[in-house]
Amino acid sequence: MAARHISVRLRVWRQLGPDVPGGLVDYAVRDISTEMSFLEMLDVVNEEIIRRGEEPIAFESDCREGICGACGLVINGVAHGPLRGGATCQLFMRQFQDGDTITVEPWRARAFPVVKDLVVDRSALDRILTAGGYISTSVGSAVDANAIPIARETAEQAMDLAECIGCGACVAACRNAAAHLFTAAKIGHLVLLPQGQVERKSRVVRMVSAMDREGFGACSNEGECEAVCPKSISIDAIARMVREYLSARLAGRQGHGVGPEIGPE
Amino acid sequence: MNLNAHAPGGPLADKWRRHKLELPLVNPSNRRKFDVVVVGAGLAGASAAATLGEQGYRVTLVCIHDSPRRAHSIGAQGGINAAKNYRNDGDSVERLFKDTIKGGDFRAREANVYRLAELSSAIIDQSVAQGVPFAREYGGSLETRSLGGTQVSRTFYARGQTGQQLLLGAYQAVLRQVDAGTVTIKARREMLDLVVVDGRARGIVARDLTTGAIERYHGHAVLLCTGGYGTVYYLSTNAVNSNVTAAWRAHKRGALFANPCFTQIHPTCIPRSGDHQSKLTLMSESLRSDGRVWVPSKASDPRPPGQIPEAERDYYLERRYPSFGNLVPRDVASRAAKVVCDAGRGVGESALAVYLDLADAIERLGVDEVRARYGNVFEIYERITGEDPYKVPLRIYPAVHYTMGGLWVDYNLMSTVPGLFVLGEANFSDHGANRLGASALMQGLADGYFIAPATVPAYLASAALAPVTTANPAFDDAATQCGARLDQMLAVRGTRTPRELHRHVGAVVWNHAGMARNAEGLRNAIRDIAHLRDAFWHEVSIPGEATRLNPALEYGGRVADYLEFAELLVRDALERHESCGAHFREEHQTPDNEPLRDDDRFAHVAAWEYRGTVEQAIRHVEPLAFEAVRLAQRSYK
Repeated sequence: MAARHISVRLRVWRQLGPDVPGGLVDYAVRDISTEMSFLEMLDVVNEEIIRRGEEPIAFESDCREGICGACGLVINGVAHGPLRGGATCQLFMRQFQDGDTITVEPWRARAFPVVKDLVVDRSALDRILTAGGYISTSVGSAVDANAIPIARETAEQAMDLAECIGCGACVAACRNAAAHLFTAAKIGHLVLLPQGQVERKSRVVRMVSAMDREGFGACSNEGECEAVCPKSISIDAIARMVREYLSARLAGRQGHGVGPEIGPE
Repeated sequence: MNLNAHAPGGPLADKWRRHKLELPLVNPSNRRKFDVVVVGAGLAGASAAATLGEQGYRVTLVCIHDSPRRAHSIGAQGGINAAKNYRNDGDSVERLFKDTIKGGDFRAREANVYRLAELSSAIIDQSVAQGVPFAREYGGSLETRSLGGTQVSRTFYARGQTGQQLLLGAYQAVLRQVDAGTVTIKARREMLDLVVVDGRARGIVARDLTTGAIERYHGHAVLLCTGGYGTVYYLSTNAVNSNVTAAWRAHKRGALFANPCFTQIHPTCIPRSGDHQSKLTLMSESLRSDGRVWVPSKASDPRPPGQIPEAERDYYLERRYPSFGNLVPRDVASRAAKVVCDAGRGVGESALAVYLDLADAIERLGVDEVRARYGNVFEIYERITGEDPYKVPLRIYPAVHYTMGGLWVDYNLMSTVPGLFVLGEANFSDHGANRLGASALMQGLADGYFIAPATVPAYLASAALAPVTTANPAFDDAATQCGARLDQMLAVRGTRTPRELHRHVGAVVWNHAGMARNAEGLRNAIRDIAHLRDAFWHEVSIPGEATRLNPALEYGGRVADYLEFAELLVRDALERHESCGAHFREEHQTPDNEPLRDDDRFAHVAAWEYRGTVEQAIRHVEPLAFEAVRLAQRSYK
């Protein structure tokens, strides 16, 4: 496709630190190739800022091919911008027209405090997974990989959920800043597999509790999370998580199967 | 310096088993008395941290990202090799071993490679137990596929995201240890120096990237798992934050750097589109099994591909290599693309691209089948280029992908600094001069799940380490030096950005130490790199403070290290007067332009010792003895 050159006006959230108020700052971006990615356009803007001796716009990115989950910007009010099924780094300038105004903001959620400019602290997501988002197996104890057959369909469903890149767009898009899709994806991935059965009940109870503890909101079934998910993870996962949670709670009330640390509510 | 690999004697197949029996152990109740610092949270670092945590050591895992899950192992697409022989197609540990040695063009250590092949199966077992959702057959068994350079089907995969799934498995194993209290994660920290006390690695100095604080971490042992140095070329398939800093600083503290000129250039990447491009994207190697690579027969042909008749196309891989055709190994395919582009027959706006055409496959298999096989890859391509590969041929060009060189390690994965272990892509590895597809994941996890958890405890058990705290003068010294270097960068206040200088040095290394190298070009590169290094310290602009998040300062430090390291890479290429694997010296080729090895003079590992400057670095040699495999010239004609 032939490259065009366009000029746009950027309105970027600048904030020096978590305890300092921030605001939108305007930048005129001239003569940008539409072959550039959105983040490369920001690189160019930053080059000019640095040459002027000013502090560049802080934003995160790493793999720049949609798999590491480091990037995440709210572009014109939409997490990861106008293109569906991709991360911010997969957005290209050909999606924009000459003369557009583009507003760029960080993920906004109580559980994601701003570090600087467009960088937020998403460590709460790690802490949710630390509360049992794994299968307890130590190196040296595994049986042969083909000892337990897993239906192709099951493996594919588990993979659909395991694809989550942990970017946090689901939280940013949710008006309640809920982490349900993120948490449900991991619970669903592990509960579908035979290896994940032993800790099935304690896992869901602990992870849901961690989610609440970190200050994420409640789910009100708007589906905004699914719409912005770069991996298009379905909100059906949330329904499964709720079922798993209720079933585990019920088992806990009956006094079995949840583990010592989780008593009846 | 005597580079003793400490490879055990005896028959190849028995070495690792016997070695493990001889390694001293640490009593379970004593393990919690030992601190282990793991730097880097990719496959090697995460698997090592989790496993040492399981054993009961106090592990600190340091990573530059906001979460360990972001390390660049996550980007690996194709799969992971294992000698399971589930297909009953003649695979075995011996065959995987031989394929890897040959694929590496006979420049790797036999004992290490054999052990890697031996451990490959247990990695798959461990990953499945963790819940890694590998592809399955309808009967529920694991699916495999076949990649370049092999005649068996031994590659396990999870869609096009095998690296992601294996990394998340290792990451979850780390979180389990965080939950258990044995592993502490220090995210958003960058290692800036290795602390050496009485000749032994005893910790690191790192910068908290959020607050700017210079922190000290004590370790009875330090494990560097910080990946490769592909971004020295600026453009590569690596993540944009990948860097050589941790390895380079360790090198300057005494760890020898081995074979830095061995860099893998992958043939099927999306070509660059402009000067502002920040990275290159890989297109799966599997495309070559159904696609045909071609360029127009005559130079500077302006016609779009559809208007060039069959008779005026040059399917140059099929022409030059009739028996392997489009499926020659990576290094051969990359060089052949360069040759036609250098002759002015490249395509696209930049003329630095060749066509990878699936039209025949679409006609033979139908659009639906091609979509089923390559739909994901086509979607990535269309997203980046805006072109529909079902209608026009893909344009591809080689790009830097992986680095076989790295810090020198012995059989125990210990560097020349006692107590400093190096795992994964960061070490000079088991891949010799060229890595086979799907072997990087295998090596990272073999190092982290199985090898280091046997050899690191043995070191701790036998080293009789004196007590050291972070108040030791060696920590003071390292912390002071790191702080001073940051201040020095901030004080330059010039007008050139770190990215601009990085782009320049990348172009120098790519042009002179890329797919083809010659003595004159390499000498020019050394001169150009020195100029750029000088420019950095006089003209760089790094605004802001050292006391808060400052991406320009982080980047500046990495570029400064690359401006030193690049020279070592070039010197290594200059001193290796032969062609082998990915290292192609134009002076050393056969009459039909194939690489010409010199086994008499260069069947060895070159390991460089830092002596104050790169110019004064000393080249040491570890001879490679081949007992199980016969040295042979590779041919794909």
